[in-house]
Amino acid sequence: MDQILSLAADNLLSPIILSFALGLAASLARSDLAIPEAVAKAMSIYLLFAIGFKGGVSVSDHGVDGTLLLSLLAGVALSALLPLIGYALLRSMTGLDRLNAAAVAAHYGSISIVTFVAGTSVLDSSGLIYEGYMVAVAAAMEAPAILSALWLISRGGDRTMEADLWREILLNGSIVLLVGSFVIGWVTGPDGLSQIDSFIVAPFKGVLCLFLLDMGIVAGRGLRSGGRLIRPPMIAFGAIMPLIGATFGLGAGLVLGMSTGGTVLFMVLGASASYIAVPAAMRVALPEANPSIYLTLSLGITFPFNLTLGIPLYVAVARTVTGG
Amino acid sequence: MQTHDAKRVEITIEAVMQRRLTQALTEAGVTGYTILPVLGGSGRSGEWSRSGQVSRASGMVQVICIIRPDRLDALLEAAFAVVERHIGVVSVTDCQVMRAERF
Repeated sequence: MDQILSLAADNLLSPIILSFALGLAASLARSDLAIPEAVAKAMSIYLLFAIGFKGGVSVSDHGVDGTLLLSLLAGVALSALLPLIGYALLRSMTGLDRLNAAAVAAHYGSISIVTFVAGTSVLDSSGLIYEGYMVAVAAAMEAPAILSALWLISRGGDRTMEADLWREILLNGSIVLLVGSFVIGWVTGPDGLSQIDSFIVAPFKGVLCLFLLDMGIVAGRGLRSGGRLIRPPMIAFGAIMPLIGATFGLGAGLVLGMSTGGTVLFMVLGASASYIAVPAAMRVALPEANPSIYLTLSLGITFPFNLTLGIPLYVAVARTVTGG
Repeated sequence: MQTHDAKRVEITIEAVMQRRLTQALTEAGVTGYTILPVLGGSGRSGEWSRSGQVSRASGMVQVICIIRPDRLDALLEAAFAVVERHIGVVSVTDCQVMRAERF
């Protein structure tokens, strides 16, 4: 317990978390602090490129073993399974109707790449190594949850998923950039990294701080506008579901024999909830579902939970269980 | 200056539906349209602002078409098929254009 509290305290006082807290506080206090849309977009491109590239370099450096394919399969299975659990939990805990419960559940099967990036940042600070291909696992976990949620809804009706939507989900900019930069890093290896490391390594945490400042502002706005719709059982769900997802991630990491850092990242991926790819898919596929509910839950409750308490908890649990 | 009657159709719709809408309009014979970003607004679905949106999921755009009056019904049918289940506003106003052959 002391280890968890110490890690949580260190994490809470890191520049990354304090930047997020600043954005959140400013937004809740109705400050006009804002990051220009184009700057936020540029920062997200930078972070995705950097994390993908570094993951590819790591794979190039350490080689590929059999766990890569198994990890991808485990990630896809986890993404498809978690919405079913989330749906059952939402229906029993919160009384949300089927449509909104399915839409929320989809977010919890998919992943938040920013939470993943924050997780890798904590691991780097802790000196824990992790498998570079976890970036590819993150990309693979984006979409299956959407299919599960639509299956939950289509059981009782004639709801189908148009082919065009599949193309949009699988080829959305974040996935293309993440996988593309991963491949570039894999192909060019440490030599490629040495050519651009002054751009993608040193400034990384600073850019992440600014990006999380923006995320704090957005989360605060979401809480202000959608907070009235979020009742206490839903808040409880927003904190319990990440723990369930992390437990499944822990199981996957242990079964696959991954490193402590890799297990933590599996836990982070299982625990995180999407707020970019899935909301866009839900607006097209399930427009009747209320975006204020799923965006507020994933961005206003679960994202801050994972960032502040979740990640240190997952690190401590993974360390204890794997002995790392 | 000689001017001609035309209809100006403004469709405010979620950004994620933009491509589907413009595709439907093109298939309905619309030869041109203009797309504008929407900065913010308020309506039945609550208040929102473009600044600070984390994804396109909650953004809005406005698609503006100016067409000959006889093409209005086909356009509205095509547009309605796309916007029916979504947040948005469709409005039609009379306007005048100088070069009728372009619409």
